[in-house]
Amino acid sequence: MELSTKAKITWCPGCPNATILVAYRNAITELVNEGKLKVEDLVSAAGIGCHGKITDYLNTNTFEALHGRVISSATGIKIANPNLNVVAFTGDGDSLSEGFTHLLHAAERNVGISVFLHNNETFALTTGQATFLSPKGFKGPSTPEGSVDEPMNPLHIMLAMGATFVARTYALNIPGTKNIMKAAMQHKGFAFVEIIQPCITFFDTREHYNSSTEWLPEDFPKTDLTAAINKVREVGEKTTLGIFYQVQKPTFEEKI
Amino acid sequence: MTTQENSQAVRTIGIGGAAGDGIREAGLRLAELFNRQGYQSFLSFSYPSIIRGGHNFSRLSVSKEKIFSDHSEMDILIAVNAESVRLHLSELKPDALVFVEQAYAEELKDTGANIIPVPMADFAKEINARPIARTTVGLGAFAFTAGLRLERTKELISSIFQDYGGEINAALAEKGYNLAEKLNLPKWREGTGELAVNEKAILTDANKAIGKGLLAAGLDFYISYPMTPSSSLLTFLAKEAVGGKLKTIQPEDEISAINMAIGVTYAGKKAAVGTATGGFALMQEAFSFAGISESPIVAVVSQRQGPATGVPTNTSQSDLQFVIHSGHGEFPRIVIAPGDAEEAFISAGNALNLAWKYQMPAIILVDKQLSESSQTSILDSSKIIQNEVKKWDNEGVYNRYKFTEDGISPFTAPGTKNASVKLTSYEHDEFGIATENTELVKKMTDKRFKKGEMLEKEFSLYDTVKVYGDEKSDTAILFWGSPKGAILEASKYLKKPVKLVQILWMEPFDTEKVSKELAHVKNLITIEGNHNSQLASLLREKTSIVPNHKINRYDSKPFEPTELVKEINELL
Repeated sequence: MELSTKAKITWCPGCPNATILVAYRNAITELVNEGKLKVEDLVSAAGIGCHGKITDYLNTNTFEALHGRVISSATGIKIANPNLNVVAFTGDGDSLSEGFTHLLHAAERNVGISVFLHNNETFALTTGQATFLSPKGFKGPSTPEGSVDEPMNPLHIMLAMGATFVARTYALNIPGTKNIMKAAMQHKGFAFVEIIQPCITFFDTREHYNSSTEWLPEDFPKTDLTAAINKVREVGEKTTLGIFYQVQKPTFEEKI
Repeated sequence: MTTQENSQAVRTIGIGGAAGDGIREAGLRLAELFNRQGYQSFLSFSYPSIIRGGHNFSRLSVSKEKIFSDHSEMDILIAVNAESVRLHLSELKPDALVFVEQAYAEELKDTGANIIPVPMADFAKEINARPIARTTVGLGAFAFTAGLRLERTKELISSIFQDYGGEINAALAEKGYNLAEKLNLPKWREGTGELAVNEKAILTDANKAIGKGLLAAGLDFYISYPMTPSSSLLTFLAKEAVGGKLKTIQPEDEISAINMAIGVTYAGKKAAVGTATGGFALMQEAFSFAGISESPIVAVVSQRQGPATGVPTNTSQSDLQFVIHSGHGEFPRIVIAPGDAEEAFISAGNALNLAWKYQMPAIILVDKQLSESSQTSILDSSKIIQNEVKKWDNEGVYNRYKFTEDGISPFTAPGTKNASVKLTSYEHDEFGIATENTELVKKMTDKRFKKGEMLEKEFSLYDTVKVYGDEKSDTAILFWGSPKGAILEASKYLKKPVKLVQILWMEPFDTEKVSKELAHVKNLITIEGNHNSQLASLLREKTSIVPNHKINRYDSKPFEPTELVKEINELL
């Protein structure tokens, strides 16, 4: 199975988007080998931003949407053919600024798609402006004196909206990211995965995250919404990775 | 109207009250009554953007002949409040009868109108009918003056109001009928006969007709965020969808609706979106996306008076130029503007079929007047042209944007073995990978426009332009969309016969046919419901023809045949 295309990779050399790509190809390969996925039934959709280039590098069905609108298009694909496994790659600019409303509603509807949010805490493709996930005081070309906004907490928002699968991973941990992708893609319902993806050119957080992530304990109560909300709201020295919440509910495509 | 004979051919009935009084339903059901007598009807409905209170008005014109528009001069007015009489006094014919709720009769004496007090509310109370049903008393009184027999009236009312309680409504109608008989009110001298009924003739507005046209072409998904005057299409299709193959989705906004629709078509299912022009403004970026990604979506766009929120419940033709230029960037598209419900039905079916044949976005452009006025129509599915979708032959590598002679790439959807279906909003190569290669950029642009050229070769199969009236006349009226009704109706009364030319296809534009039809015209009059004569601009752009006279209405109300007759006659 050839999952690469002839397209030249144009991410910055060393960009963690490439490790996300590797983790995703590995996830597909394993799911196919395990008999859990037919590659022709997979659609890899993406929005606009550095993350969006991933569609060019994948020899699968792909859908490169408009900026901020990938969640809506992925919803359309899923409801038109519920047999498809639909993955929507997006960024913090792509789904938490421009297309925020679509993300909220898709989580509420429990559309059976997997959303992989590349969180680089900046608008990288437009050379490093602040997004709504950038830390307060972020100095980018549009905020020379530092951004005034508090960063939002995407996992907390997704839990509040009713997402049925909520997880976080770190792009430079390829096996960990692959495992979470596989779990999300096999989840029946709306799966949201925040992938911390340092932007090595405009906001290089590699050193920080390389030494400050920790995995959720094995016995974390994954069906307990309150526990999940408390956990994702925790402010500590370490950033927690893993599946915070997973429950089964009727999906949008089943309900309509 | 110019002749006594003509004015007798059309009868007009108004029903007025406050929002929440069931005025629209009463109008629809009265029109249905005439439909079942074999008459032709045109029913308009005007109302403010208010749920309760505010003046609501149904106006129905009926005739034994085909009727294209309602008339403003009324024979009968049924009013459940005083305001409905005062607002429409000037539109009453000299011998018009005004059936008014008894409580308001006294205060209307000074109007000089022929006021007939009818205790509608009291009659309803007497037999424990819901107050909203009281208009049926007025319908009963009207039936007497229209010359219907009591038994036939009760039979019709009972059947037409079945879902609201047939018997109780028949009883209300009987009370009104008996009152009118007791007062010995004058009857229409021509009566209301039982004409031969065409079983296929139905009363429909353009929105419902569009819904049926889309269904006839195999629509799978209708995705729409409610906005007047498109909302009734959503509610109609939502009802149709129950238990059927069609699915209707009401997403969070218009932007989501159209991006969702593009996703649906990518997965191989037929999708349409519907909105008013304000909502369509929000869809612009995605319409452009449909253009570059060659997604066969259909957008039903109904105009209302703008700019911005404008006059939400009034009509307009001010968005022709906006709509034909939809989306940034250059790409071919289909824009069809029907002028009545029958054309709306055919246009919708053809638009969906053509969108798939050419993998190109299509627009059905209507307006409030079309969307919400009902007329007697025959929706004939055999007039919708079915097309084949060019499918992939499963040989070799699948290229979503393969270069071909006619510009159309073979289609397949995800789920196909050995095919990576790659759709993108970026300019792309044949496989679907983003490109900035200038040669490819030009070639892909040419590929898309090639499809537009191929479509133009099919003009002769479609009603791109329609001609009515005296085809040899050197005076012509050029128009588009909903004014067709008022113009065709007015043409019955003009002082000399003229040629009437209607343009339906705005994109692509049938330059050859339009030029040919107007070649020998010495006096060209355009009639449009906008300020800027947008069709005249398009005509000049495509054919270099400049009209001699322009009639424009942009006060947000539809054209009235009677007024048009006067305006046109001055130019003949």
